[in-house]
Amino acid sequence: MAFLDRTARTLLLGELVEGLALTLRYFFRPKATINYPYEKGPISPRFKGEHALRRYPNGEERCIACKLCEAICPAQAITIEAEPRADGSRRTTRYDIDMTKCIYCDLCEEACPVDAIVQGPNFEFATETREELMYDKAKLLSNGDRWETEIARRLELDAPYR
Amino acid sequence: MADFFLHTIVGLIILTFLKALALIVPLLILVAYLTYAERKVLAAVQLRKGPNVVGWFGLLQPFADALKMIFKETIIPAGANRVLFVLAPMITFGLAILAWAVIPVNDGWGIADINVGILYLFAISSLGVYGIIIAGWASNSKYAFLGALRSAAQMVSYEVSMGFVMVSVLLCVGSLNLNDIVLAQKNIWFFIPLFPMFIVFFISTLAETNRSPFDLPEGESEIVAGFFVEYSAMAFALFYLGEYANMVLMSALTTILFLGGWLGPFGWTWLPGPIWFILKIFFCLFVFLWVRATFPRYRYDQLMRLGWKVFLPASLGWLVLTAGVLLATGWVPHVSS
Repeated sequence: MAFLDRTARTLLLGELVEGLALTLRYFFRPKATINYPYEKGPISPRFKGEHALRRYPNGEERCIACKLCEAICPAQAITIEAEPRADGSRRTTRYDIDMTKCIYCDLCEEACPVDAIVQGPNFEFATETREELMYDKAKLLSNGDRWETEIARRLELDAPYR
Repeated sequence: MADFFLHTIVGLIILTFLKALALIVPLLILVAYLTYAERKVLAAVQLRKGPNVVGWFGLLQPFADALKMIFKETIIPAGANRVLFVLAPMITFGLAILAWAVIPVNDGWGIADINVGILYLFAISSLGVYGIIIAGWASNSKYAFLGALRSAAQMVSYEVSMGFVMVSVLLCVGSLNLNDIVLAQKNIWFFIPLFPMFIVFFISTLAETNRSPFDLPEGESEIVAGFFVEYSAMAFALFYLGEYANMVLMSALTTILFLGGWLGPFGWTWLPGPIWFILKIFFCLFVFLWVRATFPRYRYDQLMRLGWKVFLPASLGWLVLTAGVLLATGWVPHVSS
């Protein structure tokens, strides 16, 4: 009986027809494509994108040059130099990230005791030259200024899980 | 005026030329849009949208592709046989177009209404192997050569069973004229009484046109692009167009042999014949694309087994059965001419 069943299925192309029916059902389903540059998919609050250096609300930069991020960076992409400032506080004179080395592991953000270095939601920072990817302190601070609202909201949303 | 076109040699030549033009121009547009339709159908099955940037819904995509192809450089490999290398795509494309001479779009609308129409078609589609094998040989590349050999073997094998299927249709018609074949389906389209042969024929056309799931000659994952790896620019485009023109041709042939050509279903005549013909071709083409979106590629020995051990005995058996039934019931058609 099993033999008969199998033979009938083979001769009537049962599995082929099933396959065709399946693809036809998919043919009429709504499409999953999003129109990328104009439409974007949702991003998790934990998304690890482009780096930014944040400031306190009074405009003072958060980074205290503890160099924990530099120490933990597995790709050794961060270079920091520090000196006491005129008012006696310890600040960085140089904070460089080589974005071509960075592996976007977010360990710098996790190491930071003052939430200064963060990885923001931006992932569209492709450049035309390699040099543009050697981020310096000014670039990172301006990123922080530009993305502050987004970054703050994401940190707040992710806070319960940290 | 009518006298000039019908009774002088110059007039007849001009008339035939115009007829050919009236057939080839829509055909080429159809072929161009078939590439677009293929991308759209494949995309839809995979839940994508397909080309939608160039023009409305991406409708100008085929022209963008054509422009790109035209402006690219035709690279001729150092070890290639230049003459044959350039000739091969022309042969493939030319033959794909040439076969259309006998296809009747409506009652008596074929450019050449010859009595051996189906033999002509068969001869032309057999010649199609030459374009491919010349391309594979002239490229002087191992991938191209392997692809060409596969393609030649495949097309030859499936032509045999296709031939037997055609013969069983011809038995029911009593004529080799394509016009007569369609007219013989006035009462019932042949795909109903000859259903198994319809399936065998359709699957054989898939193999004949090197379409998925029988696209071994160009199997991307194993031999790069098969017989046209070395081709670029317009020569490549000609192969591509030739393949799609062959698909349209095979759909037309399926339509004529099994789906009643220009005849409407249930004797409906509220659409003119050519429109029915084109709609049926569209249906067949959609199935071509649908099959491509569904099935994985055959292994080569499976392909050969299917051709020689399944389709050949099946079509041969059905041929004998058809002949027997026709004789036993006395339905053998009277040969008109």
